[in-house]
Amino acid sequence: MNNVFYGKLIFELSREGRRGYSLPKNELASYSMTDMPNALLREQDPGLPEVDELTVVRHYTNMSNNNFGVDTGYYPLGSCTMKYNPKINEEIAVHRAFTGLHPLQDIDTVQGALEVYYKLQQSLATLAGMKEFTLNPYAGAHGELTGLMVMRSYHASRGDDKRTKVIVPDSAHGTNPASAAVCGLDVVVVKSRPDGTVDVDDLRPLLDDTIAGMMMTNPNTLGIFEHSIAEIAKLVHDCGGLMYYDGANLNPMLGKVRPGDIGFDIMHINLHKTFSTPHGGGGPGSGPVGVREGLEQFLPSPRVIRIDGDDDCYEYNIDFGKDSLGSISGFLGNFGVMMRAYTYILTLGRDQVKNVGPLATLNANYIKESLKDVYELPIEGVCKHEFVFDGLKDKSTGVTTLDVAKRLLDYGYHAPTIYFPLLFHEALMIEPTENESKETLDGFIDVMRKIAQEAKDDPEMVKSAPHTTPVRRLDDTKAALHPIVTYRELAAEQ
Amino acid sequence: MSKIIEGLYYSESHEYVKVEGDFGYVGITDYAQHALGNVVYVDMPEVDDEVTAEEEFGAVESVKAASDLISPVSGTVVEVNEALEDEPGLINKDAFENWIMKVQLSDKSELDNLMDAAAYKDFIKE
Repeated sequence: MNNVFYGKLIFELSREGRRGYSLPKNELASYSMTDMPNALLREQDPGLPEVDELTVVRHYTNMSNNNFGVDTGYYPLGSCTMKYNPKINEEIAVHRAFTGLHPLQDIDTVQGALEVYYKLQQSLATLAGMKEFTLNPYAGAHGELTGLMVMRSYHASRGDDKRTKVIVPDSAHGTNPASAAVCGLDVVVVKSRPDGTVDVDDLRPLLDDTIAGMMMTNPNTLGIFEHSIAEIAKLVHDCGGLMYYDGANLNPMLGKVRPGDIGFDIMHINLHKTFSTPHGGGGPGSGPVGVREGLEQFLPSPRVIRIDGDDDCYEYNIDFGKDSLGSISGFLGNFGVMMRAYTYILTLGRDQVKNVGPLATLNANYIKESLKDVYELPIEGVCKHEFVFDGLKDKSTGVTTLDVAKRLLDYGYHAPTIYFPLLFHEALMIEPTENESKETLDGFIDVMRKIAQEAKDDPEMVKSAPHTTPVRRLDDTKAALHPIVTYRELAAEQ
Repeated sequence: MSKIIEGLYYSESHEYVKVEGDFGYVGITDYAQHALGNVVYVDMPEVDDEVTAEEEFGAVESVKAASDLISPVSGTVVEVNEALEDEPGLINKDAFENWIMKVQLSDKSELDNLMDAAAYKDFIKE
């Protein structure tokens, strides 16, 4: 139970003149502020909270108790692959040999870091069936933009400037059309068939010499494998376009299916999904981009390359290719994230990595089959790593997907993804990941069944959930219309 | 049960047109506002903009999703419902009363491609 007093804002706990530190006597000469241009000197007090150490500790410890993460409980957030981040990742990533490096250090002194960087590029290329990878993009959406820039560079290099359109399925992640638009390309939507996969007959008439490429996830947003992928890739390639793979749903394929083998030319991987790096809280994320042979020269610079050095040793260097689309990030991306992903790959090894996809798939199907008599399953059949319910089967109680999601919080579970994809009105999207034990899955299934029963017995109670969380149901309409995002605004409001 | 009004024209993307002479009032249907949930923002065209049938003319954003608005008709925008700027939730109160734009129709034969109330009622049942 959280302490109400220390749960206040740190500014509310501030008392004028209170100090939690005592600095040693300054034995060095003071710098004179007179050399500083006036424009750079602050005129107002910085307004920092004045608190003692114990208050700081209690405040932040109480705040951290309000946090929910994979380390606290089960987190079946569809489309996000909230897998466990093994602690060994952290141990390696915070090793002094890496944390003390500076990106502007002489290249001879960072050979170890560059070796890790290079080997992660190679590992991802092997796992994805691609020729080369860049690790520079900071996140998945950044990777998408980078990948589309590669696509544009490829067409431009051939003098093919008519190709301004990108095809995106109607079930796609919102980032796909957004990335295409940011890249200056027009979005063309292709419809889904009733089973949620791309409608090839709807695709055919869209294909001509204005198509730069097509973006897809496979399995798609509904967790269904796109079984026509070979035909789709051939159609797009025949019209001169490239196939882009959105790696958001790579997890069930890991070690089993390689995007490069099923017709994709360019792709990104979300290291914070598939490769167990921290996720949420703003990341930092990482969205490496891979390309098939013939496109590697367009990848952003700088790139880490390996050259044969003296004494049969390899040396690593930084390369700025002449055909590269240029720089898309500071230095070489989020290096700490790469350390974690590389640790994960080495921890699993070549044999164990093949179990990731099948176990994630098994867990998703186990939950789906255990709940489909009480939750509406719009698309029957075997799913991959995730699946979508269309709300409760019994709609007569008026209990919505939002209510079910809120009620789950009372039982200590993170809610699944809700109201996405937009293909169903009451979408409830569950992705268990491969990490969870059968006991955890059974516990979740029991609670979901219990909520379905509560919806019948006491619908008002479910509609007013959550009841046990630090804050009750939030007014999301008011939050969107009148957001209060700073302490100053809150204080003014009160 | 969603409200449907006789005499209006309906599109498959859940917009309606209420025709008065050479003008059409375009909005989203009661079914659409119900599916979207509380509307928090309406991105409207500007007066004098040209709109084309089956093409986007704006967007509605709700607490659940942002959806493109697809114009059921072609023509010139002569008026937009400015009340929605301050109070987008009016669409939830009465979607048919609170139209989004008024269009001077350039091709009234396009109305033949739209559904009548009975056909739309069947359409949303599916």
